[in-house]
Formats: sequence, C-alpha cells, structure tokens
Amino acid sequence: MNWYGMKAIYYFEMARTWRTLMQSIASPVLSTSLYFVVFGSAIGSRMGDIDGISYGAFIIPGLVMLSLLSQSISNASFGIFFPKFSGTIYEVLSAPVSPFEIVVGYVGAAATKSIVLGLITLATARIFVDYSIVHPMWMLAFLVLTSVTFSLFGFMIGIWADDFQKLQIIPLMIITPLTFLGGAFYSINMLPEPWQSLTLFNPVVYLISGFRWSFYGVADVGIGVSLGMTGLFLALCMAGTYWIFKTGYRIKA
Amino acid sequence: MESIIDIKNLFKTYDSGFKALDDINLQIKRGEIFALLGPNGAGKTTLISIICGIVNPSQGTVFADGHDVIKDYRAARAKIGLVPQELTTDAFESVWATVSFSRGLFGKAPDNAYLEKLLKQLSLWDKRNAKMRELSGGMKRRVMIAKALSHEPEILFLDEPTAGVDVELRRDMWDMVRELRQRGVTILLTTHYIEEAEEMADRIGVINSGQIILVEEKTVLMQKLGKKHLQIQLQQPITELPDSLHSFDLQQSKDGYSLTYSFDVKQEDNGIAALLEELASANLQVKDLHSSESSLEEIFVNLVKN
Repeated sequence: MNWYGMKAIYYFEMARTWRTLMQSIASPVLSTSLYFVVFGSAIGSRMGDIDGISYGAFIIPGLVMLSLLSQSISNASFGIFFPKFSGTIYEVLSAPVSPFEIVVGYVGAAATKSIVLGLITLATARIFVDYSIVHPMWMLAFLVLTSVTFSLFGFMIGIWADDFQKLQIIPLMIITPLTFLGGAFYSINMLPEPWQSLTLFNPVVYLISGFRWSFYGVADVGIGVSLGMTGLFLALCMAGTYWIFKTGYRIKA
Repeated sequence: MESIIDIKNLFKTYDSGFKALDDINLQIKRGEIFALLGPNGAGKTTLISIICGIVNPSQGTVFADGHDVIKDYRAARAKIGLVPQELTTDAFESVWATVSFSRGLFGKAPDNAYLEKLLKQLSLWDKRNAKMRELSGGMKRRVMIAKALSHEPEILFLDEPTAGVDVELRRDMWDMVRELRQRGVTILLTTHYIEEAEEMADRIGVINSGQIILVEEKTVLMQKLGKKHLQIQLQQPITELPDSLHSFDLQQSKDGYSLTYSFDVKQEDNGIAALLEELASANLQVKDLHSSESSLEEIFVNLVKN
C-alpha cells in the first residue's frame, strides 16, 4: 500500500479547500442558512407540525442532505476533473499508486469536506431552529455513508465530464430536483396518489427519510429500507468506479 | 552494459485506428543518455507514456529495471521520473507544495533537506513560496524537472525538455542532465532539436511512423552516415563547370567563386586528390580549402526521408 501517495492526494485536495474557504465552506453554509431563516424561522412559524415535529425542525435533515449531496458531488467531480482538464493527471497516472489509493485520496478528501460542511450546517441551524438528535450515532453513520457514496458518484461524473457544462449538468438538473422532490420540505405521506408511490422511485427519498429518522425517530419509509437503498447506491458507485479503472475509461488511452 | 529499460514487440493502436507504435524493440542501457529523435507524430510521446503507465499498450512488454510496467507497476514506476512536454502544473500551488506532493505521490517519506538541495540546484529555492502562476515559462520548466526528480528516480524521461525555453536555460538544462548522468541516472530524451541530441546523447534512436528505424552510438552514427564537405574557393569565378569535373559530386556557388565537394567518410578513397588534379588540369586556381562534417540534423533528415 502506498500510504504516502494516498496521503499526498488527500492533503493536496484538502489544501484546495482551505485555499478556497469562502467557496468551499462559507458559501454553502450561508445558502443553507438562508433556507433555515426563510423556511424555518419566518414561514415555519406559521406552518403546522408534521408528525409532531415543528416545520422548522422537520426540514433540517432534508436541507443538510441537500447540501451534503450537492457538495459531495461537486467536490469530488471537480477534484478529478481539474487535473484532467489542466493535464496534471499525468503525474497521478504515472505514479506507483493503485486505483484504490487514488479513489481513497480523492473521494476521501471530498467526503471529509462534505462531512465537515454538514456538521457546520447543523451547528448553524441551531442558531435559528431548535431541534434534537435522537440517534446521534446513526446520524453520523448516515452523514458519512451519504458523503462517501455521493463523492464516489461525483468522482465518476468528474471522469465522465469533458467540459465544465457536463460537470454541472447532473448536480443541477438531476440531483437538486430529486432532493427537492424527495421529501426535503415535506413528508411524502402528505402527497396524493399516484405521486406518493412514484416518489418511492426517487433514491433521495430513502436518504432523507433515514437521516430524518436519526433526528426524530420518525421516517417516511422503514429505516432498514433506507439503509439498504443507501448501501445499494454505494455498491453501484463502487462498481462504476472499479469499471472506470479497469477499462481506463476517459483517463487512459 | 546491462539494460535498464527493455522494450519488446511493443504495439499501440489508438481507438481511432491510428497506429502509433509498430513493433518497437529497444533497450536503454543503465547510466546512458539516450536521445530519441523523430518528427511530429512519430510515436515518441506514446512510447514514453506507455513506459510510464499513462497509456495502455496494445501488445508487447516493457520492463523498467527488471520490473514489468503493467504487472509490477509499483516497482517500475517508482524508478521513473517524467518531465512531460506540456507545462502542466496546478497554477495555485506553491513550488514547495507541488514538489512535496510529487515526492509523496511516488511513495517517498518527506525529506525537506533533499527537496531543499534539489530546489537550490535548480535555482528555485528563492521561489519556493511563489505560486506556479507567478513563474515564467523557464521557471515552470525547472519546477517540472524538480517534480520529476523529487522521488530520486533512477530513470528520467525528458519529453522535449527545452521546447520553448531560452538559450541560457537550455544550456543550464544540458549541464544539469550531464550532472544527473554522472550520478548514475539513466536519461531518455526526446527532442526535435538535433543540436540537443548531438550535444548530450551517448546513443541515438530514430523513430518514424511508429517504428524504430535506427539505434546507434552517436559518434558511430555520425561516422557511418555522415558526409564530409570540402569547400573550394577559386581565384577566378567560373560560369560553367568544365566537363572533366562532371564525374565529381560538385556544387557551384551562384557567384562562381566556390565549389562544394561532398564525399562519404566511409570510403577509403575520398577522391580529393583526383579532384585537385583535375582542377589543376582545367587551369582553375585554388585560393582556399575548407572541410566540414554533416550535422546530425542532416543525417536525421536523410534517414527520415528515406
């Protein structure tokens, strides 16, 4: 195992975060905080409780998940896309590092940033809304699992993308709508049929539901199903990444 | 001398169908400076990229210091440092950070003393905290070399190292390459500049259309394929070459004051004595004589043309 190589990639990526602190941390925390202010404090106070939880508190897991998904994808995709774009990828490809070590370095750094961001967002939310965490260990588990899974997904997007538009298209056109429609702002039980059944095809529903369960002990779908779906998505991303390195897709001629 | 790079029956065809390498067999000796010459698109960069692991071969084997570059890639790549043709650097990183990154990436423990020495050797120490985007092209080239040497490789690949650099830096680099060779580093150099190969290489390989068409010691190559030229300055200009001189390989200058005789250095009888006799018989008085050898560039052009 090339520990130094893995560490070099990880620290290099983390250094980029500290260099761009405003963009990497401050900006997503601020934009999520605006949701807390508007939907939590302002509008939330006039909304009824959902499943016995105040509306302001209800939306916190969904908003953290929204931030987590978009940041995991954008951090990881940019992390690998930029060396491809600038040509510096030659050094990683010519170094004695295995595909596994490369992925751990890039995805590990992207996931770390997302986890830090998620925790800061949660701490910030506390300023505006009162909430509790019933299962803190499960909350952390979901936070880590989701960050890793979507960082892997972002890594694949970064490999696939050959221009900046493609880099943005999946997070903006697919992930954000799926998160908004995945129960971030409402319980899917509030939807009429057939929308309630159709929503179950949205994988983000399971992430938000499981995450919300770790906060309040209530969920739209069973916790086992949420965990299973998250694990399945993680397995799919791992398989996709393995295939990329096995075939050299868009990284090696 | 044992070989440190051993390439056997190497082929590369890209997905587009372009055949970049066609049955390459090549051995690079330990401790030598090997110059690989070839026109654009000849396959130089593809060959280096395969050895380094950046491009997958279609067929064939490559060993670096006895390690298969595919099956035993960790050991093979740890031996190699690469200075690519393009100045590809992370613009926002400092010189120190990017060189440290390279050392770590290649599995070496941090060694600030070594990196300090390396940066000082390359006149980069004063710029260690400068961001890459603040550096000139020449300085960036030096950083690329520092990155390639950061993990103390035994083999160094320099892909067009002096493309676009000024004369002073080019000379500095040549000195540095010679110094590395003295330390036992094997150097494979690809270049367009024949002067560069002529100045530095021990052996020269010529690649064209994906095939190695020649590998030879530089001095032997110049002896074997080189031509000499004898320039004859005349006292009086001539308008037409006398018939008795038509059997010689002569070229007349426009002003008629000089004749250039080309002859093969390999031939025992170079024909100079006979030529001078014929000139005397034709009443052409010789003012001065000057001989010169063909440059590697002329040899290279002839080889590629043929």
